[in-house]
Amino acid sequence: MSADTIHKNPTADGRELIRFDKVTKRFGDHVVLDQLEFDVSAGKHVTLIGPSGSGKTTILRLLMTLLKPDEGTISVDGDYLTHQEKGDRLVPAGEKHVREVRKKIGMVFQQFNLFPNMKVLRNVTEAPIHVLGMGKEEAEQRARELLEMVGLTEHLDKYPSQLSGGQQQRVAIARALAMRPQVLLLDEVTSALDPELVAGVLDVLRDIAHTTDITMLCVTHEMNFARDISDEVLMFNEGKVIESGPPEKIFNDPDHERTREFLGAIL
Amino acid sequence: MTWALWESYMLPGVWITVQVTVYSAALAAAVAFVVGVARTSRLWIVRFLSGAYFEIFRGASALVFMFWLFFALPLALGWQLVPMWAGVLALGLTYGAYGSEVVRGALAAVSPAQREAGIALSFTRWQRLRRIELPQAWPEMVPPFNNLAIELLKGTALVSVISVADMTFAANLIRFTTNDSAPIYTLLLLMYFVLAFAITRGMRLVERKAKAGIGQAPPPRRGLFAGLSRRTSATDPVTGAATPGGAR
Repeated sequence: MSADTIHKNPTADGRELIRFDKVTKRFGDHVVLDQLEFDVSAGKHVTLIGPSGSGKTTILRLLMTLLKPDEGTISVDGDYLTHQEKGDRLVPAGEKHVREVRKKIGMVFQQFNLFPNMKVLRNVTEAPIHVLGMGKEEAEQRARELLEMVGLTEHLDKYPSQLSGGQQQRVAIARALAMRPQVLLLDEVTSALDPELVAGVLDVLRDIAHTTDITMLCVTHEMNFARDISDEVLMFNEGKVIESGPPEKIFNDPDHERTREFLGAIL
Repeated sequence: MTWALWESYMLPGVWITVQVTVYSAALAAAVAFVVGVARTSRLWIVRFLSGAYFEIFRGASALVFMFWLFFALPLALGWQLVPMWAGVLALGLTYGAYGSEVVRGALAAVSPAQREAGIALSFTRWQRLRRIELPQAWPEMVPPFNNLAIELLKGTALVSVISVADMTFAANLIRFTTNDSAPIYTLLLLMYFVLAFAITRGMRLVERKAKAGIGQAPPPRRGLFAGLSRRTSATDPVTGAATPGGAR
């Protein structure tokens, strides 16, 4: 695989790409995220860890605009996600603005969520053709390259239901990358897989992480993977970041008692 | 019943019944999709209007509506609908209302995860509907549509009361002439059955194709005329399936 198969990110110069500013999200009375503040620099690979219910997946879903924050703002590459600047005020953004900003972000889901009505190749080409307006041939050419990169060249002409979970997840990764996002969100991408299929998917992601400069935000329970690819690890508890730092620090010598407890329970 | 009566009344009646069924079904399908999709709209006014349509036409008698179109509407408009089109309109609008419920239900049954995957790839709402949600909902719609199509076929007998010369109209006419009530109505029942059976066989093919189109194994072939639905290997996506049923 070559790095330019994916994306030469012109913004990978370490500047701030994602910013959460005092973001609060509630489900009913339950506060999932509480005045959350953090940012991610371009090109970095950040892993979110923490007990379930601590709001990690909510962060990815907010970024993908599958959820709206109750308070606060999220910006990606200088654009507010769900708000628009009108004069010096922030107003809720229209559908069109949201869709534009959304193009900078790609997501891979826990349950793959491939389109069962499309064969593998079309799963990957559909959005580039109809959303980005790419020509059919160019889109197919790129899709073939990406599917080759994830090791699925022989399966272009199959329906998702004919593939194993691991194969489906690799198609989903190719599908997300085909949109040339600046940010790739990975939401527990191996949790729904049979144990023997996990390694294949993680290898593909490791490869992408090491050979490209795409920014990654990753929720995972695969601590070895997290240690391997992350530039930074954020430890969540009850809607707040309680500790953050490089993986060596967090995994080997965490400052926070809660982090030690959590890592002790899962490692 | 003589061959002459059969030839001059019954055969044209069969053709009229087929025509009324096809036209009404086409209208009903169009109404079903438009109203069914409208009922999933984000805009309350669209949901309200389409919901009102559904409730009104579900609650209206197709026969009385046909009478209304044929006898009452001309008083207001000053011109009269051709009887067959009054019948088609009444049947199509009524069965379209039932069909809209099928479309709405099948769309609601598409996994929300599919919607999210569509959003994550920046598709517009309309693109998601057209490229993701409707194609996946379609196989679910076919069996209930089959039921409705058969109901509609049988409902076309109603057009005989506004003087459209369909099979039922022809049967009545022949009965007046010959007084052979028992054989004529028995034959008429059989003819509706044969047409209904043809619809079912046709819809079975449609269903098989629809399921193949989302990579699902077609249901096993069985029963009479199963050979009608023979698949070619080119349309069979299941050859060489690795792990069927893994998709969610």
